[in-house]
Amino acid sequence: MTAVQTSVLPPGRLHPADAEHNACLDVERVRQDFPILRETPYGKPLVYLDSAATSQKPQAVIDAISGFYSRDNANVHRGVHYLSEQATEAYEGARAKVGGFLNAAHASEIIFTSGTTEAINLVAQTYARTHLEEGDEVLITAMEHHSNIVPWQMVCAERGARLRVAPISDAGELSVDELEQLVGPRTRLVAVTHVSNVLGTVNPIRRITEIAHARGARVLVDGAQAAPHLDIDVQALGCDFYALSGHKMYGPTGIGVLYGRSELLEEMPPYQGGGDMIASVSFEKTVYNTPPYKFEAGTPNLAGAVGLGAAIDFLAGLGHEALAAHEHDVLAYGVRALSGLPGLRLIGTAPAKASVMSFVLDGVHPHDIGTILDRHGVAIRTGHHCAQPLLARLGLAATARASLACYSTRQDIDALVAGLDTVQEAFR
Amino acid sequence: MSDLGDLYQEVIIDHSRRPRNFGELEGATRTAEGFNPLCGDQLTLYVKLADGRIADIAFQGAGCAIAQASASLMTTALKGKKEEEALALFGRVHAMLTEGRNGEAHPAELGKLAVLSGVWEFPTRVKCAILAWHALRSALEADGAPVSTE
Repeated sequence: MTAVQTSVLPPGRLHPADAEHNACLDVERVRQDFPILRETPYGKPLVYLDSAATSQKPQAVIDAISGFYSRDNANVHRGVHYLSEQATEAYEGARAKVGGFLNAAHASEIIFTSGTTEAINLVAQTYARTHLEEGDEVLITAMEHHSNIVPWQMVCAERGARLRVAPISDAGELSVDELEQLVGPRTRLVAVTHVSNVLGTVNPIRRITEIAHARGARVLVDGAQAAPHLDIDVQALGCDFYALSGHKMYGPTGIGVLYGRSELLEEMPPYQGGGDMIASVSFEKTVYNTPPYKFEAGTPNLAGAVGLGAAIDFLAGLGHEALAAHEHDVLAYGVRALSGLPGLRLIGTAPAKASVMSFVLDGVHPHDIGTILDRHGVAIRTGHHCAQPLLARLGLAATARASLACYSTRQDIDALVAGLDTVQEAFR
Repeated sequence: MSDLGDLYQEVIIDHSRRPRNFGELEGATRTAEGFNPLCGDQLTLYVKLADGRIADIAFQGAGCAIAQASASLMTTALKGKKEEEALALFGRVHAMLTEGRNGEAHPAELGKLAVLSGVWEFPTRVKCAILAWHALRSALEADGAPVSTE
């Protein structure tokens, strides 16, 4: 079966035919950029198929972080000295790169956070906390990661609001019609993932945004899984907030981004109090700084932001069309190969799918699959993937998940399939 | 040496596919729940105590081969044992799983349970093997609190 379409991109931004005609990705060269891919766990070549958990880091990102500490390190926005100016320029340069990456209208719409989780919590604790009244509703979907469920549960409980859930099909596809029916006059916010970390499903964000906005609701998009794969344009998507994590898109851990539309950020209260988020402080009255600084209390993760900037440059260097075509090729090859294995069932077969292959194997628990594959040098993720309600909806306790990145190859899939043969051998 | 064959021995595969004493136990005097949040392993252990002995024991639940086999082997090893013997066995199995060959457990005292000794070489799997045993301790100590391996 080939349930995979080339629609790993938002509609209208790239035609599948263009991808074939554009430059292809020289994956062997790309792999040279990732020193960790030369590791040999248990004496076997590393086959890293866990990029949805975290991507590996190219040398350029490692060098950028080390270079920042070696040449530019100082605190930002305060010092009058040379290094502080260098550091501020590097940090704000990274913000501008993120703005360009997301096609934000202004760099001031880019708030650095520790990751997607903090970005979502920021919106829950500032925007939602001040806008939710008793009886209001927040709408999420059945395929959300815990980090796009729990922050809403917390703020809904506090404000007496109701958390509602848009259903999905057995194939793992969001029913937009049913979602539309759930957006009512009390819906204040729709929080939805762009790409599911378990299913790989790509959600129609633009359509969802139109539906929500027509009823006066705001839209937050969890872009953690989308950022490494899709060409993201927050203005074209029309979303109000977009959250992402650096470490899933070739950047370092501990850095993430919240994009928010200017007019919303202006009126939102601060998230945390501290240095840098203020314009002036006296014991009687504090005047807050303007966005994005209003939301960045304390010394930020400077080296992390610089590393994320380098990751964005790395992605730009790959070329979006070439990357999408390559990842689609490996995904389609993987879906075909796995579908051919007896007793294997793919979880998540929506037509629009990106870079994630979840599966279960008759008679073998995913955890046992993971351990056996590991000893063959094949790294996959097993378990509930921080999406227990989704797994419960699918009637599963756990899945095995192989996920792709720019450095993934058809050979990686072959190694996965060979490893799965030995799993089935052991449990025959 | 940490070969997959040490982990997935035939006895373990056999017990995982055909777990012994599997199902709810009528007339159980103690029950305990065990969870392994990392991988979603879950089991309920039923113990029927009579005159300080485990007259009968059974379990129900879902989990990986190691968790299922360990629970199954545990029930077969414990039937008829005195409570204190069962707790002593908990200690020996715990040592075998967490300390490996450095532990004080001797294969002879462990009988068939010695097939679990290979788990020690797979640190991420120790909590799978130990889940049922923690549930056992909770059931015998009758604090009734669900146990979690995290």
